[in-house]
Amino acid sequence: MNKARRNPVNMIAAHGILIAYTIIALFPVVVILINSFKTRRAIFREPLAVPDAESFSTIGYQTVFNQGDFFLYFQNSMIVTVASLFFVLLFGAMAAFALAEYRFKGNTLMGLYLALGIMIPIRIGTVAILEMMVATGLVNTLWALILVYTAQGLPLAVFILSEFMRTVSDDLKNAGRIDGLSEYTIFFRLVLPLVRPAMATVAVFNMIPIWNDLWFPLILAPAEATKTLTLGSQVFIGQFVTDWNAVLSALSMAILPVMVLYVIFSRQLIRGITSGAVK
Amino acid sequence: MANISLNSLTKKYGSTEVLHHIEAEIEDGEFVVIVGPSGCGKSTLLRMVAGLESVTSGDVMIGGNRVNDLEPANRDIAMVFQNYALYPHMSVRQNMAYGLKIRGKPKEEITRRVEEAADILEIGAYLDRKPRQLSGGQRQRVAMGRAIVRDPQVFLFDEPLSNLDAKLRVQMRLEIRKLQKRLGVTSIFVTHDQVEAMTLGDRLMVLNGGYVEQFGTPIELYERPASVFVAGFIGSPAMNFIAGHSDGGDLILPGGAKIRTNLSRKADILVGIRPEHLVRNDEDGAISMQVEVLEHLGGVTLLHGPLEGSDQQIVASLNGISVVEVGETVRFDAPERALHLFDPATEKRIEA
Repeated sequence: MNKARRNPVNMIAAHGILIAYTIIALFPVVVILINSFKTRRAIFREPLAVPDAESFSTIGYQTVFNQGDFFLYFQNSMIVTVASLFFVLLFGAMAAFALAEYRFKGNTLMGLYLALGIMIPIRIGTVAILEMMVATGLVNTLWALILVYTAQGLPLAVFILSEFMRTVSDDLKNAGRIDGLSEYTIFFRLVLPLVRPAMATVAVFNMIPIWNDLWFPLILAPAEATKTLTLGSQVFIGQFVTDWNAVLSALSMAILPVMVLYVIFSRQLIRGITSGAVK
Repeated sequence: MANISLNSLTKKYGSTEVLHHIEAEIEDGEFVVIVGPSGCGKSTLLRMVAGLESVTSGDVMIGGNRVNDLEPANRDIAMVFQNYALYPHMSVRQNMAYGLKIRGKPKEEITRRVEEAADILEIGAYLDRKPRQLSGGQRQRVAMGRAIVRDPQVFLFDEPLSNLDAKLRVQMRLEIRKLQKRLGVTSIFVTHDQVEAMTLGDRLMVLNGGYVEQFGTPIELYERPASVFVAGFIGSPAMNFIAGHSDGGDLILPGGAKIRTNLSRKADILVGIRPEHLVRNDEDGAISMQVEVLEHLGGVTLLHGPLEGSDQQIVASLNGISVVEVGETVRFDAPERALHLFDPATEKRIEA
């Protein structure tokens, strides 16, 4: 072990910084949560106060459940996020495997080309994407969103996963080949289980932007039947009047599934982030 | 069971040729060791036999069939890798059974064969453990188990012992040897360790820079090395090489020492003599050396020092514990039958 880790002063300093960061990061979340359970008047009078007997109210949640098809929005967001993650991970891992495993002409060039998407924001192409979606009749379908998010997530996924796949021992793959495994079996049964931490990292990095995105749902799928949660919550924000109770309640509920997914991935995630650095 | 022949086997990476027209006939049931320094192409050669590297030109024949274009899985071979290459997320049992399962063998047969192999290798006690819960030696056994359950025509070993500690290596070496004799499967074993090569192989193929220097039994290689490279590679401590010349009867060494030979022509000669073949003769030995360093190994004593009258360093190995002082001059006889004569230009053996 290194010395810095055993030194108590350093340890206290490190924990102090981490605790401070946690407080800063959690503060807005906590404010949203406590205010979602307060009356409108209380929200504005004392935004930081915890709801008490007098200010407690679930009016926000009631509005959310009564107005708009909140569960449908929720379901749409869930479908879009999970399907996009699935495709990002599947195709990202496959492309990464090919780049890491096979020697072919233009391998490096292909890798760079795929990584280009990391630097160029996909929103620049919004107009072209919209035209394509109109031409293919995918506007106002969840597939439009899934396709766009898959494209958006792939560059980083390929980049991260191919680095991890390079660390998988060649002998292992060769042992599989001699045992008679097909390349697909080698990929799914030998390599994927070994890069699971990296997959979790990619999943978390992609999940939150997709879940929170407002831009593409607004442009590609604004119909009532395909609204996502983020877009659905916008009905409570008016040009002149905003129903803050409803907005805060909707947001509070929107946090939950992300939290659940995060907890699922986080154990792998920590391993994924540290395994590259600490060896 | 099968014989293997390599016909003019060549491997190129781009325009760099790394293996040059390798020719070899390996008999059914024979244990052949490919040995050479790192970078000589020995692993590439093995991987070409396995089908993990493509063949640039020439043929690999297993059991009389040309296998150049067959997938590794269809060559009926099994391979043991240096870092074991066990499937990390499967138990020992699953590791051994997986290849059979992929081949669609019935369940009862898989169970039976895995248990047989486990018995042979004495790994029955940890069939349900994961590879990470095993020690290096145990993992090596599992890797061998995975090879033998398949009952292949050929075993290929790619430096399987180099990750083990010295003591275990000696033990596993013997076990591999016994196992191979018992199963009688044609085997090719790659190593850079000449002791491993000498003890394991029925025959040794010495590779250097992509060429076969010599292919023969360990004794042939020791007694009649075909080139300076083989002579220096086989045997420990390494053979002494002294640049001398022949005047048509006597070999004249630097410093003026003369050794009688029946070489009739006059030429520059590179004389090789093994340290253990120098016979101490303080009366009138032809070769004299001033001892600079003494190494007492118990069984033998190694004397290092320059050949008298030159700065050529030589080593002599004397049986038992010899009473010699540093700085003392010791004289040796070099018996003619122990001399190896090489042409300094081609580095090939000259038959006297």
